Amino acid sequence: MAKVLMKGNEAIGAAAIKAGCKYFFGYPITPQSELPEYMSRELPKIGGCFLQAESEIAAINMVYGAAGAGARVMTSSSSPGISLKQEGISYIAGAELPCVIVNIMRGGPGLGSIQPSQTDYFQATRGGGNGDYKLVVLAPANIQELVDLIIEGFDIADQYRNPVMILGDGMIGQMMEPIEFKEPKKRNLPPKDWATTGTGGKRKPNIINSLYLAAEALEEHNKRLQAKYKEITENEVKVESYNLEDADVVIAAYGTTSRIAKTAIAALEKEGYKVGLIRPITLWPYPYDEFNKISDKCKGILTVEMNSGQMVDDVKIAVNGRFPVHFFGRTGGMIPTPNQIAERVKEIYGGEK
Amino acid sequence: MTVVFEKTRGLTDAQTHYCPGCTHGIVHRLVAESLEELGVLDNAIGVAPVGCSVLAYNYFNCDMHEAAHGRAPAVATGIKRIHPDKFVFTYQGDGDLASIGTAEIVHAAHRGEKISTIFINNAIYGMTGGQMAPTTLVGQKATTAPYGRDEAHCGRPLRIAEMLATIHGAKFVERVAVNNPANVRKAKQAIKKCFQFQLEGKGFGIVEVLSACPTNWGYTPVEALKWLEENMIPYYPLGNFRNPEEVE
Repeated sequence: MAKVLMKGNEAIGAAAIKAGCKYFFGYPITPQSELPEYMSRELPKIGGCFLQAESEIAAINMVYGAAGAGARVMTSSSSPGISLKQEGISYIAGAELPCVIVNIMRGGPGLGSIQPSQTDYFQATRGGGNGDYKLVVLAPANIQELVDLIIEGFDIADQYRNPVMILGDGMIGQMMEPIEFKEPKKRNLPPKDWATTGTGGKRKPNIINSLYLAAEALEEHNKRLQAKYKEITENEVKVESYNLEDADVVIAAYGTTSRIAKTAIAALEKEGYKVGLIRPITLWPYPYDEFNKISDKCKGILTVEMNSGQMVDDVKIAVNGRFPVHFFGRTGGMIPTPNQIAERVKEIYGGEK
Repeated sequence: MTVVFEKTRGLTDAQTHYCPGCTHGIVHRLVAESLEELGVLDNAIGVAPVGCSVLAYNYFNCDMHEAAHGRAPAVATGIKRIHPDKFVFTYQGDGDLASIGTAEIVHAAHRGEKISTIFINNAIYGMTGGQMAPTTLVGQKATTAPYGRDEAHCGRPLRIAEMLATIHGAKFVERVAVNNPANVRKAKQAIKKCFQFQLEGKGFGIVEVLSACPTNWGYTPVEALKWLEENMIPYYPLGNFRNPEEVE
């Protein structure tokens, strides 16, 4: 199939439709509004439903209802709107329903700005809502990967009955790149025999619920959830890495920031520096084990993010004291440059190549 | 032997957790009988609220979805948009619908969402222990209004039925009470008619049911029904506020 040039936010919509998602509940917020606009245009053509909710809270609760009713369903927003969705996300995780939630991150806290950022890493990977739950968090670095992860994300959600979050930043939502739609790896997806579809007089009622009033029952439910998260951790980690055996410095970066890091690495290599890269594609489950591949001669890890230092905590957990962990971040919508990253790498070298 | 009365198939055999004299049980029965009599029970998906009726999903004998506080109309919207051919209803109290969930109920009505809502107004937060609701009457005591509701401090009680009746998409709006057998019969008629409106695809429908909460009001069950009649009905008049047969 020939490649098509698409803007990130619209490519998300096209990929979701390819994945069989016919239902979208959303609310406008910059810089992701092209996605609900695209869905409002395209979903009626395939007999689906786009609905603009009265708030992000309502939108995520519509997703909760639709997911419980057995549909492939999606919502999207940007940082402050994702904060509002946390209530529903916690219920969806607690009731074990599949759905895909897109966060095209902008600067914060509060109303912040509309410029790109990665400041919702903690919120996405630590569970922004109440309770012990996990989202599968996918962080694409380019539009092709964005499309691939949206399509696979629906399968992951269905396989584990768990919400999946696509964590992108304003850049990936707004940029245009050529893409093609590929078939994801075949998964054995369980039937949705738990969905509210009406009993038809043929089965006992299905109940979608996250309430367990008895302490023993709620603990059992949490143990089941944790067992599921362990299974996801074992099966679904995705990471790209480069030159870990030979690197004197390893950069850890995800999303669009990793592309800037790659530009810096290419320039540093020309000057004779040996720099590696770990790019987590799944932010949860996090590719902790990948850091074990770094050779003992490494002088330090440089974490680069568009925030004040969030993923750096996971890098420290992964490294567990083996190497010094450094951080370089820009925030507020400011974007790190390759030169700035290269300078920090040289500082870690301490003047000796 | 002739059967003169049977428990409706619309209710499960579960024993309810409601307090003595609470009227949730009566309203559950009316809803369940209506579902059965209209032949939609096997086609129905209900949405339970947060509040005293949080466990309604154990009592209605159909597919059920437990929503977050106030969000039942949004959850029901999601379900109905996936299954437009199914019968979708919400069952909500006044803390749920008239306070934290006002945005969701107003906009479900505003969109003309083809769902039916049963709204229990007992002028108090029951489950959390008798706190003031937007529907608590002026002067009525609550655990967060120990001196009685003060109009100057927190306004007059919210009349939900009248408010929703101003919205074009709300095609059936009626307030009933379950304080005596005659009113219970009228409540059943209203609920059934409201459900019929959904089946005919007319738009959003709501039945507000004035209900008793003896436990949190501090009355015996009989006193509570009397208090409802003497205090709630004068402020919350019974009747149909919007019904397209009359309005349009």
